Amino acid sequence: MPDATGPDQIFQRALANGEILLPKCKDCGAYHFFPRVLCPHCHGAAISWKRATGAGWVHTTTVVRRKPERGGDYNVCMVELEEGVRMMSRVEGISPENVVIDMAVTAFVGEAEGTPAVLFKPAEA
Amino acid sequence: MTDRLRGKSAIVGTGHAGFGEAHGLTAYDVMAQSALAALDDAGLRLSDVDGLFCTMMEDSMPALMAAEYLGIQPRFIDGTMTGGSSFVNYLTSATMALDAGLCDVALIVYGSNQRTASGKLVTASRPPAYEAPYNPRYPISAYAMAAARHMHEYGTTREHLADVAVAARSWAQHNPEAFERGPLTREDVLGARMVGDPLTVRDCCLVTDGGGAIVMVRAERAKDFLKPPVYVLGSAAESSHRQISQMKDFTVTAACESGKRAFAAAGVSPADIQAVELYDAFTINTILFLEDLGFCAKGEGGAFVEGGRIAPGGALPVNTNGGGLSCVHPGMYGIFTVIEAARQIRGDAPGLQLDGIDLALAHGNGGVLSSQVTAILGSQNTL
Repeated sequence: MPDATGPDQIFQRALANGEILLPKCKDCGAYHFFPRVLCPHCHGAAISWKRATGAGWVHTTTVVRRKPERGGDYNVCMVELEEGVRMMSRVEGISPENVVIDMAVTAFVGEAEGTPAVLFKPAEA
Repeated sequence: MTDRLRGKSAIVGTGHAGFGEAHGLTAYDVMAQSALAALDDAGLRLSDVDGLFCTMMEDSMPALMAAEYLGIQPRFIDGTMTGGSSFVNYLTSATMALDAGLCDVALIVYGSNQRTASGKLVTASRPPAYEAPYNPRYPISAYAMAAARHMHEYGTTREHLADVAVAARSWAQHNPEAFERGPLTREDVLGARMVGDPLTVRDCCLVTDGGGAIVMVRAERAKDFLKPPVYVLGSAAESSHRQISQMKDFTVTAACESGKRAFAAAGVSPADIQAVELYDAFTINTILFLEDLGFCAKGEGGAFVEGGRIAPGGALPVNTNGGGLSCVHPGMYGIFTVIEAARQIRGDAPGLQLDGIDLALAHGNGGVLSSQVTAILGSQNTL
């Protein structure tokens, strides 16, 4: 397999290897998400990749209500990572109603819709 | 637009079709019926239209499909797709095109059969790649997360959200064109089926069929038509994101900026506005836009809508047709904010007609709080 070249490929291939890489601008030093070929803050085009610490907080959250026979209710939330970027995800391991704003969470690479995805679990106290 | 374009264009016809359920009709049928109704209102014919401003929920080239269906060959066309705000945005491009002589009769038009066709949101959009794996329900999960954050930061309550739905329904009860006219209480909203916390099904807009159309000409010939002209005094847009995950502050929309510039172009302030027509896809929208457009301070929108303040007889008339929550919501509602604002000014609103309306505001929202477009409309007295 040739080396990953595009930012989406780099992110997805790292995920497939169990790693969460975040794009970081070499010019202004700010992280961004989703991955792209330029920095949306300073518009610089030199992007590096850093491994996420995995620490984050729930910024906002909702419970998607779904009939039990279709799989039941589930969580959708926005998590703000320590690096200063936010991503959509879900918190697993607790019921969706118990996911609350400001709760500390830890990222892990799991599976969503059959592909590797960044998921979160409650941070250990 | 800037104050250089203030009052340069006027709405001389409005029309709609297929409200509620348009059995047996396609989205383009409803679009065309709306166009005919608006042209009839103005005393014009389709053959007079040389500027077309249109987008639809289906197809990648809906404006071309619409022109073809209507049997016209427009010399100016704008199919910019910013979601439901598109039709408020067309007030700006139509004014520019008319003022520049690029067209003489501008037709803004939309139609949808989403209720009878599928019963849910029809969309040609692809799910965003970095959101799709988590299965957000589009678009309600986005608005639910904005509502949750607003409640967290400002103490807004589910009762406040419910008051928005109750106010919309009480306007709709006076409007024979509205789809939902039954009684609705705060308790009904709170006790309704939860679909995406904190929003129940009564916090969500209707899913209906329907279409709307607007005919515009240059101001200097606006008095030659059947109905009193309604002038575009100011209109302005601002776009902040496409995907909800990219919204910087879930409690602040780009309406802050679109509103500021629309008011500046029109030379008026929120206190001057006599009727406010907001795109209320969800109850949180009304609260966010009242704050961001300057009708109350940030964080005070919940308290502002309490006690019937935006209901009939309240201090500020908001969504006087019943809005997307109770009147009509065929996939994209934006055009109906303009139509209701224009009809309040003309004096032929279908429901409660307010007395002596000279200045009204129409605000369109597109995507998931992504595109915000504000327009200020005025009567002859405001020129």
